[in-house]
Amino acid sequence: MGNSGNILVIDDEVQIRRLLAITLSADGYKISEASTGKEGLALAASLQPTLIILDLGLPDADGLDILKKLREWYEKPIIILSVRNSEEDIIKALDNGANDYLTKPFRTGELLARIRVSIRQSQGIKDNPVLEFGSLTIDIVNHIVRKNKEMIKLTSTEFSLLSLLAKNEGRVLTHQYILKEVWGMGYIEQSQYLRVFIAQLRKKLEDDPARPRMLNTESGIGYRFSYI
Amino acid sequence: MNSFTDNRPDPDELLASLINEEEKSKRGTLKIFFGMCAGVGKTYTMLEAAHAEKIKGSDIIIGYIETHNRKETADLANGFELIPRKISEYKSTSVQEMDLDAIIARKPQIVLVDELAHTNAPGSRHAKRYQDVQEILENGINVYTTLNVQHLESRTETVAQITGILVRESLPDEIFENADEVELVDLTPDELLQRLSEGKVYTPERSRDAKENFFRKGNITALREMALRIVADRVDKQLHDYMLHKRIRGPWKTGMHLLVAVGPSPYSGKLLRWSKNLAYAMGANIQAVYVETLHRLTSREHEQLDKNINLAKQLGIKVRIITNADIVKAIVDFAQKENITHIVVGKPRVRNFLSMLQLGNFVNRLIQYSGNIDVYILGSDRLSKNSFRNRFSIPDFTSHIPQYLITSFLVILSSAIFFFLRDYVGYQVVSFVLLFLVSILSLFYGTGPILLAATLSALTWDYFFIPPQFTLHIEKAEDILMLIMFFIIALLNGILTSRVRRQEKRIRIREERTNALYQLTRELSNATGIEEVSNIAVRYIQKYFNLDCAIFHKNELNQFDDHVTNETKIKFSENELSIAAWVFRHSAKAGKHTDTLPSTEYTFYPLTGNIDNMGVIAVRHVNVFTQGEEQFWEAFISQISGKYEREFLRNVSKTALILNESDKLYKTLFNSISHELRIPVASIMGASDTLISQKYPEETKQKLYSEINISSVRLNRLIENLLNMSRLESGRITLRPNWCDVRDLAHRMSETLRQELLPFKLSVVIPDDMPLVNIDFGLIEQALYNLILNATQNAPAGSRIRLKFFYDNGFLTIQVMDRGQGFPESELSSVFNKFYRGKDAKAGGTGLGLSIVKGFVEAHQGTVTAGNRQNEGAIFTIKIPVSISEMNQFGQLEE
Repeated sequence: MGNSGNILVIDDEVQIRRLLAITLSADGYKISEASTGKEGLALAASLQPTLIILDLGLPDADGLDILKKLREWYEKPIIILSVRNSEEDIIKALDNGANDYLTKPFRTGELLARIRVSIRQSQGIKDNPVLEFGSLTIDIVNHIVRKNKEMIKLTSTEFSLLSLLAKNEGRVLTHQYILKEVWGMGYIEQSQYLRVFIAQLRKKLEDDPARPRMLNTESGIGYRFSYI
Repeated sequence: MNSFTDNRPDPDELLASLINEEEKSKRGTLKIFFGMCAGVGKTYTMLEAAHAEKIKGSDIIIGYIETHNRKETADLANGFELIPRKISEYKSTSVQEMDLDAIIARKPQIVLVDELAHTNAPGSRHAKRYQDVQEILENGINVYTTLNVQHLESRTETVAQITGILVRESLPDEIFENADEVELVDLTPDELLQRLSEGKVYTPERSRDAKENFFRKGNITALREMALRIVADRVDKQLHDYMLHKRIRGPWKTGMHLLVAVGPSPYSGKLLRWSKNLAYAMGANIQAVYVETLHRLTSREHEQLDKNINLAKQLGIKVRIITNADIVKAIVDFAQKENITHIVVGKPRVRNFLSMLQLGNFVNRLIQYSGNIDVYILGSDRLSKNSFRNRFSIPDFTSHIPQYLITSFLVILSSAIFFFLRDYVGYQVVSFVLLFLVSILSLFYGTGPILLAATLSALTWDYFFIPPQFTLHIEKAEDILMLIMFFIIALLNGILTSRVRRQEKRIRIREERTNALYQLTRELSNATGIEEVSNIAVRYIQKYFNLDCAIFHKNELNQFDDHVTNETKIKFSENELSIAAWVFRHSAKAGKHTDTLPSTEYTFYPLTGNIDNMGVIAVRHVNVFTQGEEQFWEAFISQISGKYEREFLRNVSKTALILNESDKLYKTLFNSISHELRIPVASIMGASDTLISQKYPEETKQKLYSEINISSVRLNRLIENLLNMSRLESGRITLRPNWCDVRDLAHRMSETLRQELLPFKLSVVIPDDMPLVNIDFGLIEQALYNLILNATQNAPAGSRIRLKFFYDNGFLTIQVMDRGQGFPESELSSVFNKFYRGKDAKAGGTGLGLSIVKGFVEAHQGTVTAGNRQNEGAIFTIKIPVSISEMNQFGQLEE
């Protein structure tokens, strides 16, 4: 399958672990399992996995605390896989360093896609001066965006927003994070700016702005740039 | 009456006897040691009985006892625990009374309370000791007490007639009648006199005094006979009750109902007592009626009437007041309506000339019209001196002084004018002018001013006009005749007119009151919520009684809440609050102008509903209510209480409804939902089982895989709905609104429902200038998801589903339209109810989806409605008040 890497699954539900083990190893990954937070931390330290899949409801600790502890030293992607589906929980996890968030029940296809994107992203696309997504190219250094070879005129704010999302391809960025990065700390509550600019970008970049393919809305949470 | 009905106990009586039994079982029992007079040894006998009980092991104490320094009695009393008397100050002398609260707090099995008819010192909680005893009984404590025959309300008059001594302390007969046990303490007159001589009753000097006045042998014999008779009557009645209770066949008294007519006569008191005794002897129930006629009562008569009505209440007789110009007709009508079997009236003493003319003889007419009702007519004993005055209509001299002044002025003015015109018109015409004036005046003023006007004009006419002028002397005989005629006509005219006016006024007051009650009832019926009812009550009481009031309510736990619920300036002291609580507990009025705790500024009335007490209303009376006002007030209060009760019950039933609803939720979880859960699980299990066996071709396997997939999606959807429902049910929905581009919403819908929407054409309509709206994206997304899913389940494949957004004037409107069957008109209102399922709904679905839509939309203060489209299909319209972003012009945002 061409996938390689070592994935650590920290989840107390044996059935989920079994499902993940079957699905992920069929896809070419090597799987290690931990059923508690403590065990998970130990395995993460000793195995140095390529990616961690973390459940939030663990028997011995809150997954969010495990996430924070992992993030003290672990820099590779962490995907949260949890039954907690409130926007609040999701935003909290993303703000504390999770790369992605999936709620149970989940579709394995989607999980695999997210894993792929996360791993690819962690392997250093962000240093690339020119990002390519099919017919779309973004020249980070020269602030030039082309679609189907045609130059697209973007304002500087539009460009900052697009490049932030594109550099984090596949990853959900929360509203607050984007506002802080693009507009600055003072605009953290001004989410309507974000909506307006996303709408503008969609008009300029998407084939059908009403059915965006790249600039995706994660309802109540943020946006995700995806390219499949 | 045939023998068949004779064998059957009257169900009403049976029910009453059962209710009595039940009432009594909760209360303490009352035992009365009953004697003919002081000195027969009631207290002694009571103590002996108490000793006997104590030996049996009863917890028995003395609440109050009067030994009258009799040694044997005092010795006997020594063996008991004694509750110390309560000493309180009244007008700088200290008074001792029974300590009611201490007795209730001590809660013995039996308490001894001497002298039941005793009147308490002012400032005590109750005016009378029997009221104290009632309260003790209500607390489940048994009471032994003593009573002399002369204290019975219905006997006081007879006793006064026999002994010549008026008894002040009296006891309502009801108390005696309802006592559980009465023990007669009897002594022959000779024995009693013997005891008296031996100084066993009073000290020697008092004995001598008593012997000469009260304790004459004749008196004692008469009193003894009375006491024996009362006890014998009671035994008769007990036997009757017993037979009723045991349903023994017997000579049933067929529900006799006695009606006694009372009036403002001092004689009515006697009539009432006599009737009460008669009713008691007959085993009949009794009520009284007062007929308000056109006859105007003097203040003295008013007072007497109030006294009579109060006496009736004390005797346990209910009084009804009716208004009718014709007493006979009123009494007979009432009697027929109430199935009265016997009417008791007094022989009228006042034979009014007018009433003779108009009404004929009262008694004859009553007998004539009463048909098969028995009529008892009691003769009056003697005419009191007052009644001579009553024979004539007494002018109302209380008219205002300005009226007299204006009257005099007008008479003098007209006289003066005509004095100058007398040569042209002649003096006789002047008399007509003055007569005319008096008639006019009588339309406006009371009898007093008219009398003045008549006299004054007669004198003026005589003095200034009738020749010889300027003397009162009259020469011609016809002038004398004319003057007399003038005076009589003026007077009659005036008096008759003012009588008509008085009648009018009374009718007007009645009408006003009826109208006020009608208005009150109407407003109350429209009111919702306890608070609004209170506001209306306060407003009406202010308007019609001109009284400030404070209203207390009970809480949900049926307990009295001592917080005033309406806005009022009245502040209550702790003491007054405890009176209010007392009134609530006992559902009897208390406070100023009542027998209970009168030493406070306010009067507290219970708000008694049909089933239970609702609260208490307190007012500060300016004047005591007259009988009419009191009745009006009671009607008022009862309307208000009734409404309170309805409101209270409605709240209770609402709570019950909510409980019922959640009960229903769980039931449905176990019925419809367990079905909904099992079906997908069954298909997952079945399909996976088959796959594990591995003997099927790839094509079959693919079908099974997709079956598993579909089932799990369905399961997941059900779980989402259940979780959302429980979020709504628990009220834990917190709105987290944020700026939202509705295009995102539409896109999300087409993405998440891609599979379900495949067979349909989805068209999304969003205006170009659609602003950003502030909503909770997640909740609205869920609501739309359910609506569109609903459309895909109900519309035929290939049809178009439309999703339309627009913003107008503060409202975001979202419409979902399909080409399905739509809804039957009758079901449109219940579409959003929990567990609603369309009649032809396909299998699957819990009836939760649309109710979740409603819940989420309502969390936004919005509305959702269902309707049918013109051609076919359903349309759902969500309308939410939203704020919009001003940043809908893209250019504005550039730096």
